[in-house]
Amino acid sequence: MSRLKRTLAQIWPRAAIIAVIVLLWWAVYATGYWDRVLLPSPARVWRALWGNVTGPTGLLVAAERSILRLFLGLAAAMVIGTPIGLAMAAWKTAQRSVGSLMVGLQALPSIAWLPLATLWLGITEKAVFFVVVMGALPAVAIATAASVRLVPPTLTRAARTLGARRWDLYGHVVLPAAVPGYLAGLQQAWALAWRALMAAELLVAGARGLGHFLARAGALWQTPLMLATMVVIMLVGIGVDFLFSLVDRRVRARRGLVVPA
Amino acid sequence: MDDGVDVSNVRPLRAVPDTGPAASKLSLRAVTKSYRQSSGEIVPALADVSLEVAAGEFVCLIGPTGCGKSTLLNLVAGLDRPDEGEILMDGQPIVGPGPDRAVLFQDPALFPWMSVVENIEFALRLSGVPKAERRALAMHWLGQVHLASFAHAQPHEISPGMRQRAVLARSLACQPEVLLADEPFGALDAQSREVLQRELQSVWLETRNTFVFVTHNVREAVFLADRVVLMSARPGTLVAEHRISSPRPREFEDVLLAKVVVDVHDHLLKEVEGVVAPEEDARPDLA
Repeated sequence: MSRLKRTLAQIWPRAAIIAVIVLLWWAVYATGYWDRVLLPSPARVWRALWGNVTGPTGLLVAAERSILRLFLGLAAAMVIGTPIGLAMAAWKTAQRSVGSLMVGLQALPSIAWLPLATLWLGITEKAVFFVVVMGALPAVAIATAASVRLVPPTLTRAARTLGARRWDLYGHVVLPAAVPGYLAGLQQAWALAWRALMAAELLVAGARGLGHFLARAGALWQTPLMLATMVVIMLVGIGVDFLFSLVDRRVRARRGLVVPA
Repeated sequence: MDDGVDVSNVRPLRAVPDTGPAASKLSLRAVTKSYRQSSGEIVPALADVSLEVAAGEFVCLIGPTGCGKSTLLNLVAGLDRPDEGEILMDGQPIVGPGPDRAVLFQDPALFPWMSVVENIEFALRLSGVPKAERRALAMHWLGQVHLASFAHAQPHEISPGMRQRAVLARSLACQPEVLLADEPFGALDAQSREVLQRELQSVWLETRNTFVFVTHNVREAVFLADRVVLMSARPGTLVAEHRISSPRPREFEDVLLAKVVVDVHDHLLKEVEGVVAPEEDARPDLA
């Protein structure tokens, strides 16, 4: 297949699903069944989108702030969660104690931390950051532990017979072998962090990001802008997912593992 | 006279070896091992196995599935400890795995994130070879197994036979004193298997490592070994052995060798029939 054909094969299904949704939306709008303020036309949403992209209070600035928060929160969750996961994989006692705690924390929607976080840290950036970290941390820890535990024993046995001990065994065999599983965990973790962040920004006034943008548009009954912001939140998600899947593909292809379509 | 089989070589094995000749590389003395299954039931894997392997000797262990061949190999590799008895190398007890005993597993355990040559360099690093010498040494051994042109391929990009050759090169590069192989060619197609058996023979004729090779293929055992040792089924124990004195290099086309295969096969079949008695309690004492 030529390069052009492959690019087209990537693009047309995406374009098609957007077209279908916009058409359905427009058709519902055209019936006039819903109030035009509650359900604005695709064209008005499009104008709201373009009209608010740039400027100091525009969508771009808000998206930038939110993306920065996402990556800072995710990085913190990785720094804290990865060692926790490694300990869970290494010691049964850690798995039983901290492991159970992580499962519990994962069951708790991280936005549930917000009331407490605002009491502890004030209605601040810190409280938002805390909620994002708590959203991603359990997923990172659990995925780390699982990916280390699932390293094929044939590889560790082979390494041991070659004379690998302690750091050589862990750093040069177990950890590299766990990378594909860890990456899969990160893909889950960032999505959880992103949801936590949007929820926190919606609720914490002054945390100027996409979530806050949405809350403000809601307060002003600007439905076109609300829908436009939601589109941007999804677009950012698709973009971040694309970045992670690029890394994931490279790693998997190099090892001859199945590359997801 | 030169047909390779001398009936006087055929003897039941159970006789406990005397303190052993000084040249013994590996000594297994009354080794017993059992495993606890998840149900809690204890399954004996090896019962009272004694075996002496001379330095530079090529020994093939054959036996039915589940006879504890792999268990025996894991014990010698140091990946597991015997319940009773002792395993010595050069008179010293084996306490853990180490690069002095290389293992070829049935599943060629190459590290998938390293290229073929990086796999060998990693093994050399673990053996303490200085960085400057690793690449040249790795390429030398890849050349020995005719894999030099695939040095920079990733393991998944080469065929299973090539992967097993790369593992062989990785094992040899560390210059182990003993090579242990657990049906390394078992998963290959007949043709690759034969090619690899020939290559193994020619490489071994140069290196002359002490070799313990587990297989269930009599033809493979006769082609490669100085001595073929038969194991019985669960719990595994050594039942009989057969010396193969045919000159090397051996050829599969050699009619005389083919005759040895038939002889060993017949001999082994008899032993298996003797072992697999109709009733467990009626099992003949093979001592």
